[in-house]
Amino acid sequence: MNVTVTVNGKAHTRDVEPRTLLVHFLREDLGLTGTHVGCDTSQCGACTVHLNGEAVKSCTVLAVQAGGMEVTTIEGIGTAAELHPLQTGFWEKHGLQCGFCTPGMIMSAAELLRHDPDPSEETIRHHLEGNYCRCTGYHNIVFAVQHAAAAMRERQAGQAADD
Amino acid sequence: MTDRTDKYMGQALKRKEDPRFITGAGQYTDDFVLHGMLHAAMVRSPYAHARITGIDKSSVEDMPGVHAVLTGEDVAAAGTGPIPVGWLLPELKVPPHHAVAQGEVNHVGDIVAVVVADTRAQAEDAAAMLAVDYEALPSVALGSAALEDGAPQVHDDVPGNVAFRWEIGDEAALNEAFGRAHKTVKVNLRNHRLVPNAIEPRASLAQFSPASGEYLLYTTSQNPHIHRLILAAFVLNIPEHKLRVISPDVGGGFGSKIFQYQEEVIVLLAARLLGKPVKWAARRSESFVSDMQGRDHESEAELAVDAEGRMLGLRVNTVANLGAYLTLFAPAVPTYLYGTLLNGVYKFPAVHAKVTGVVTNTVPVDAYRGAGRPEATYLVERVVDVMAHELGMDPAEFRRINFIQPDEFPYQTPVALVYDSGNYEPALDMALDMMKYPDLRAEQERMKGTGKILGIGVISYVEACGLAPSALVGQLGAQAGQWESSLVRVHPTGKVELYTGSHSHGQGHETAFPQIAADELQIPIEDIDLIHGDTGRMPYGWGTYGSRSAAVGGSALKVALQKITAKAKKIAAHLLEASEEDVEHAEGVFRVKGAPGQQKTFFDVALMAHLAHNLPEGLEPGLEATAFYDPKNFVYPFGTHIAVVEIDTDTGHVKLRNYGCVDDCGPLINPLIVEGQVHGGIAQGAGQALWEDAAYDDEGNFLAGTFMEYAVPRADDLPSFETGHTVTPSPHNPLGVKGIGESGTIASSAAVANAVMDALWHECRIPHLDMPYTSEKVWRAIRDARGAGLGQAADD
Amino acid sequence: MYPANFDYHRASSVQEALAMMAENPDLKVIAGGHSLLPAMRLRLAQPPALLDVFGLEELRGIRREGDVFVVGAMTTHAQVLRSELPLFPEVAHEVGDPMVRNRGTIGGSLAHADPSADYPAAALALGVEFVIRGPGGERTVPADEMFVGMFESAVGLGELLTHIRIPASVRGSAYEKFKHPASHYAIAGVAVVRHADGEIRAAYTGAGERAERLPLLEERLNAGQPAGEGLVDAANLLGDRFASPEYRAHLVDVLAGRAAARV
Repeated sequence: MNVTVTVNGKAHTRDVEPRTLLVHFLREDLGLTGTHVGCDTSQCGACTVHLNGEAVKSCTVLAVQAGGMEVTTIEGIGTAAELHPLQTGFWEKHGLQCGFCTPGMIMSAAELLRHDPDPSEETIRHHLEGNYCRCTGYHNIVFAVQHAAAAMRERQAGQAADD
Repeated sequence: MTDRTDKYMGQALKRKEDPRFITGAGQYTDDFVLHGMLHAAMVRSPYAHARITGIDKSSVEDMPGVHAVLTGEDVAAAGTGPIPVGWLLPELKVPPHHAVAQGEVNHVGDIVAVVVADTRAQAEDAAAMLAVDYEALPSVALGSAALEDGAPQVHDDVPGNVAFRWEIGDEAALNEAFGRAHKTVKVNLRNHRLVPNAIEPRASLAQFSPASGEYLLYTTSQNPHIHRLILAAFVLNIPEHKLRVISPDVGGGFGSKIFQYQEEVIVLLAARLLGKPVKWAARRSESFVSDMQGRDHESEAELAVDAEGRMLGLRVNTVANLGAYLTLFAPAVPTYLYGTLLNGVYKFPAVHAKVTGVVTNTVPVDAYRGAGRPEATYLVERVVDVMAHELGMDPAEFRRINFIQPDEFPYQTPVALVYDSGNYEPALDMALDMMKYPDLRAEQERMKGTGKILGIGVISYVEACGLAPSALVGQLGAQAGQWESSLVRVHPTGKVELYTGSHSHGQGHETAFPQIAADELQIPIEDIDLIHGDTGRMPYGWGTYGSRSAAVGGSALKVALQKITAKAKKIAAHLLEASEEDVEHAEGVFRVKGAPGQQKTFFDVALMAHLAHNLPEGLEPGLEATAFYDPKNFVYPFGTHIAVVEIDTDTGHVKLRNYGCVDDCGPLINPLIVEGQVHGGIAQGAGQALWEDAAYDDEGNFLAGTFMEYAVPRADDLPSFETGHTVTPSPHNPLGVKGIGESGTIASSAAVANAVMDALWHECRIPHLDMPYTSEKVWRAIRDARGAGLGQAADD
Repeated sequence: MYPANFDYHRASSVQEALAMMAENPDLKVIAGGHSLLPAMRLRLAQPPALLDVFGLEELRGIRREGDVFVVGAMTTHAQVLRSELPLFPEVAHEVGDPMVRNRGTIGGSLAHADPSADYPAAALALGVEFVIRGPGGERTVPADEMFVGMFESAVGLGELLTHIRIPASVRGSAYEKFKHPASHYAIAGVAVVRHADGEIRAAYTGAGERAERLPLLEERLNAGQPAGEGLVDAANLLGDRFASPEYRAHLVDVLAGRAAARV
């Protein structure tokens, strides 16, 4: 089947089998390997991307279901030159070790911060229950998200003051 | 100019490797694509034990995209040898471990055949359809059950399912000590089985070049040189230099990526037979039945004390379940990494342990984070708590009066080890202060009768890591050296590459190793890069496990750096026309003592070393040094961990409420990285204590084959942790460092277990239950104890 | 892992979906796919063809009609979570995780009738009605007739659950859940609702083959008595490695007491 998906702002059309999962479409058809696969039961969250602005597990969406929609992956949320505040937060607070869960963790946390600019530790932990990390014990991930939240609030306050 | 001494060591620098991971640019094995690449899918046994009576290749050979079906016969015909064991014990029985089963499968998940196809989906389609006939055989899963008379035989060549019998310590001395005992307690403990579950599933990608006869293997490995050695010398029978093993970014290991796996052999072989690159990447449900599993001990432990509460002796008898095959370090884990640690942090006159290694129809068991030492710590610290409860002593104070004292190091234990350095009481005191221990005990009293009970688990641990003096481990059966290498290559521009045989799969080597180098060379850390994980680029090395990277790999680096600075100083002295004794390396330059302004930078020296226009007579050009560092002893990190749990008596649910610890791993190279290692370690140990359980039924059917059944800790299961450090350097390595990668796990399952049992002892006098403390188990224990009148009512 | 291959169809309207289903009885309806796709990835389910109804706007959203909220079956858990529905937002908070809640739908979950799902207890305690359309037209099924058995709901072959009618105002409600440590599904969950007329209804999920009302609990609570014990017979419950039938029965008692205390 032909499917067109806009990924990180660019439309891509590919001929795929209906069974192609969105994560395989991203990794294998588009070569965007920042999105990872860590399980086969839709639990670990390593494959989290944004689909039309909402965080989803790309291992549990068919590529054909994403037809006509917009996908943002870890490669599209920030760049090395201009990191997303969450990317900075994870770096500053040592919120990653092996890095495998990190893209999904960041994409999931990004959605939290859109709804809640100042989440408590409890809120962050509950929100990230669908993103497994085996390295950090989650301790520094909580701080990483709070670091990003503070930076984003500051940026917003700065923008408000400019207006 | 500021003094550069220790400018980088000890600093919580954010990691140099992180930019690629946070932007999705990390390169893990499954991210690599080679031209014309095919995909392999494994056909795995649904039986715990069966004879393969037929495989009908024609059932799938015509399916779309299928290139080949490989069976055990094909693998044997290709001349591929079985995967060897890397640690031998006297009279060890080693059943052959083939890349693909040859006539018989011995655990659920054992590889029966391999399908290679154009795409991963096609390979999986065909693997699902391959017609295989089995004749089921009797099977056994529990170690002690496999030892019973008439138990099913896993392998014909392992009589009675006993792979080895091993013992350590002086049994006569122990019996004499027990004869003097004022009190003894005996506890039966099960240290249940775990699945390591690194979040990156294993993967391998192989290529064979017929022109050169060279193989290339990308694989998820903690130690690429070990893979190369085993694959070349034992399995493929090719010269080592014909195989290059690259272990790129690796998404966590925890031991599970040390071992030589069947799938790595398979992709190499398939790549040669088919003339195309072949990739395999595990699905998580495959990882559950093919990654080496951890722990699985059944033990009886008996502790004796005198009338003052001084420990007299510990007697241990353990059945260690090794699973269906003996893998790389399997024989060492329940023996030399376990029995030798049964002395704990205490002054035991005598310790004696017997260990029986047993084969069963389960996934093989090998090193998993801590490897033997969590088993020892859990056993010792659990039985110590049972004794403290029986004596009516505070568990912290009972430990304190039995500690080895700081002036007794180096300390010879009754179970072979010589502890290098230690000072246990300050770590205990700091941890008790940190957690406000007296307040917790008061709160525990206050909570009585509220429907919630509080438990406080205190444990003090010591572990042996930084494997290890090669001659010593050689005497004990290791078929490997345990030194480490480092190569330091200074470029003409003064930029520096470091090479290490250690491997980072999350530990932050790319930051910590340059921190060591930046201080030694007195140059900016930005000028230094670490290269690792590629046998084609590094000198030989033994890799990362047993918390050895800093203590052994870091020490190798330090020695190589010292060679560089020694040579650089010679060159600088020559350029400054001064004698070497008059030149100092300080504040980032080589300068003549007492003559300010007369100096050469590292860049000046590096350039001249390469230009060689003006070098001291007889000195070779270039600035490069290699060191092979063989440690003189293990290193012995220690500390005290305290866990606080709250139990809902209505449901039995255990909540880990607080966790605090004080660890001593010697000087901290990078506190940020050290803390991260501690946090992750605590989470894994707590996971074992409360949730994780790789359960089998009696016949070896695996009951926890996905994340739907196997509970790894999630963010909302855990509290934040409080951490602290004391610093007692190791006296025998040039950095003074000890390991920290496993301490958290070694300590925390015991700490959380003691917390749960502390609650249940105070509430209803239950002396011991085994991990994991699942809610029904805890609820039943409370209900039964109350029913039997052991509860509070009986106390009142 | 890849699912086995299948044909994929997307419906542009409920009417078209029903027509396609009438024509091809092999069509398996996929909504958010968060139960179906994991089963397909493990090849526990291998439907030959999927009919995607997730995108049907006519099945999405929540509107008020007098005393009831009418909820489109394709309304996601995330939308439910942020809605003004009684009880359901609290329950949605317990479903899956944020990513699952962004894709999974209330209708998909209820029609799937997973015995350990959270919503069925709420649906029974609230006494919702299910609007189901099929080749013969539309019918309304009361909650008490919806959950027929394990993974079996009243939605028949060729039918589509289109809407859920939920009473708009209740005096009080609570959902208490005890979750499986690995899957986070309910080992037991109890919903208690005090309706506008004062009547209390209660139901449990997770513990048995299907969600069911708790008549004994309702009787006691409506008589002003405490929840007490023995609300369900362990003989009728599920058991596994993590929770035996006896333990599940006990959990239902405990959770019922806690939920009742909150309404």
